[in-house]
Amino acid sequence: MNLLAIMISGFGLMNDRPVCAVWVLLFSPLVATVLITLFAQRWKGLSASLSIAAVLLSFAISLGLFIALAFHGLQHLPHSFQWLVVGNVRIEFGMVTDPLAILMSLVVTGVGSAIHIYSLGYMKGDAGFSRYFACMSLFTFSMLGIVIASNFIQIFIFWELVGLSSYLLIGFWFEKPSAAEAGKKAFLVTRIGDFGMMLGILLLWSYTGTFNFRDLQARLPMMISHETLALPTLALIGALIFCGAVGKSAQVPLHVWLPDAMEGPTPVSALIHAATMVAAGVYMLCRVFFLIAPSAGALTLIAWIGGITALMAAIIAIAQNDIKRILAYSTLSQLGYMVMAVGLGGPTQAMFHLTMHAFFKALLFLAAGSVIIGLHHEQDIWKMGGLWKKMPITFWTFLIASLALAGVPPLSGFYSKDEILVLAFENNKCLFAMGVGAAVLTAFYIGREVFVVFCGKPRDQHAYEHAHESPLVMTLPLIFLAILSIIGGWGSRVPEFLSPSHLAEQHSPVLSAGLIAMPVVGFALAWILYWKPEPSDAPVKSALGTTYVWIQNKFYFDEVYLWIVKYVQGTIANVCEWFDRWILQRLGIGGLSQGTGLLGRTVRLLQTGSISGYAFFFGLGVTVIIYYVVVR
Amino acid sequence: MITLNYYLWVSGILFALGIAGVVLRRNALVIFMALEMNLNAANLALVAFAKYNKLAGAQVFVFFVIAIAAAEVAVGLAIIVAFFRRKQTVSVDQVSSLRL
Repeated sequence: MNLLAIMISGFGLMNDRPVCAVWVLLFSPLVATVLITLFAQRWKGLSASLSIAAVLLSFAISLGLFIALAFHGLQHLPHSFQWLVVGNVRIEFGMVTDPLAILMSLVVTGVGSAIHIYSLGYMKGDAGFSRYFACMSLFTFSMLGIVIASNFIQIFIFWELVGLSSYLLIGFWFEKPSAAEAGKKAFLVTRIGDFGMMLGILLLWSYTGTFNFRDLQARLPMMISHETLALPTLALIGALIFCGAVGKSAQVPLHVWLPDAMEGPTPVSALIHAATMVAAGVYMLCRVFFLIAPSAGALTLIAWIGGITALMAAIIAIAQNDIKRILAYSTLSQLGYMVMAVGLGGPTQAMFHLTMHAFFKALLFLAAGSVIIGLHHEQDIWKMGGLWKKMPITFWTFLIASLALAGVPPLSGFYSKDEILVLAFENNKCLFAMGVGAAVLTAFYIGREVFVVFCGKPRDQHAYEHAHESPLVMTLPLIFLAILSIIGGWGSRVPEFLSPSHLAEQHSPVLSAGLIAMPVVGFALAWILYWKPEPSDAPVKSALGTTYVWIQNKFYFDEVYLWIVKYVQGTIANVCEWFDRWILQRLGIGGLSQGTGLLGRTVRLLQTGSISGYAFFFGLGVTVIIYYVVVR
Repeated sequence: MITLNYYLWVSGILFALGIAGVVLRRNALVIFMALEMNLNAANLALVAFAKYNKLAGAQVFVFFVIAIAAAEVAVGLAIIVAFFRRKQTVSVDQVSSLRL
């Protein structure tokens, strides 16, 4: 009831003072973080309530904004204040409330609310319960900051804050070395992309003199037509800013951190590493699409990176054995679709798929978390099997999400994936083929996961007997997300909301039939290979031969990076160490100290201890001074 | 006619003698007397300037020098006495305990 009161007060605030409401939307999770960290650490229930209340308040305000925008034609709320003025650099702190931002904040807070509530059940009894909720609220705050940011500096600050909260949550169980390592890896790998993004932002600023999105959008066409900003430069800027998205959205070649990020608690994987944070890169690309759109080179690069990621991750996913890792590679693959859509000139389609993906992928992770809790932290799919009888709600919601992921009509994933593939078909046949391949593989690997985990005979009898359905606090969010996964795509309302001129694609019946056939083919393959009492990977292994080893080892990306770090970075480190030890320490610092000592010992010879000597030098000195002052 | 230069020469010779005494002698008391001679050489020069250039300020300056010399004697003799009590000698060659 209290939660209802919070949501109603959020609505009220929304109607009275929309600008104020947006600031509350942004800052209420931060307030929760601060309160939990400073005062409520000791009372677990209070910490959780604070965090959940904050995210629900944000959700209510987002919903209010959405309704205002969709039905009452809310005007833009251009609100910003001067934050920093350094010389002629002006940095503002402002907000954007266009359909793109509202949709994204609705996804973040909506899916976030479900996951916060689910966490109550999942994290029950954990020693770091309060810390967990503080970090979750910090994440919500940072993510909302990216969403409503009105300029590049603001987006970059929150971008890094999101990286920080992701680090804190991946390494939540920091006493486990693999979790601590995974957190560090995620932080460092995304930093590489962020560095490129920072360069891009600064380069853009050096040409245009502004960070503000609206000013940029207004100035850019004129600058291009007057050739004050050459197209190759703009392409470089676009590519550099895209680097940030490559890191955050885990595209090839910086995708290696995301699978490892599964070391975090499962709700974290659902919220951060599936539904929202990894989508931040795609959101940012859509936000600055006006920058990228004029240069065909940048668009092509983005489309190909996305396409390669989509296909490669889908291939890797068929040979993984960890229930969460399969989903992680699936996330990579779907993010690849979104990035590809942006590269093909369809930010609307990308955001559509982002929204739908947030629903069904969060659901997949939460259901997987329910399985993991039900089996007492067992994550190997080969030790599961036959769970559908023991965990009916988890099974059915997982199945719905899987079908949505595979793109089975009329579930949400069908509509969004369909639009992206049609876009690819019209623009680039090669990318279209890759997208179709990835779509078939998607249905195959998710079919494999469903059949191996929930069907067949239980392989670990002991674990099976102790398996139990999760409590209501966990299954309710599952049902909520399952409903969204089913109805989310109906009538293409989301793309219409984003751009009113968007029309549902009219395409040939052959193409439609083909798009419907893809998931069917994938599921049929999975059915043939894994729908049996004792499924195994053996047929796939023998069919693929050595390729399978490559796939199982994720194409050796990690090994190559390790090799590079070990030899290239190791050599540079050795050279630097030699320079530091012999040149800086011995010659520089050592030389300076020894020179000073030598000088001191020399000058000490003057101190004879004989007063007459001192008096003589004193007299001599005075004479010299007088000579210079008087005579010269 | 005795001009200013004669006075200055006498003053200079007195000062040089004083310096020579400070530098060459070993006995602290004698060095002290030589120092007083330096001060008086300066006094002589000042008085001579006062007489020839009609400067009252120079004579005032001399009084300051005498006052300072008196204070110096008080402090300096006390140091010498303390030093003698410690070392049973007033030779400045013995004052080298601060040397490394």
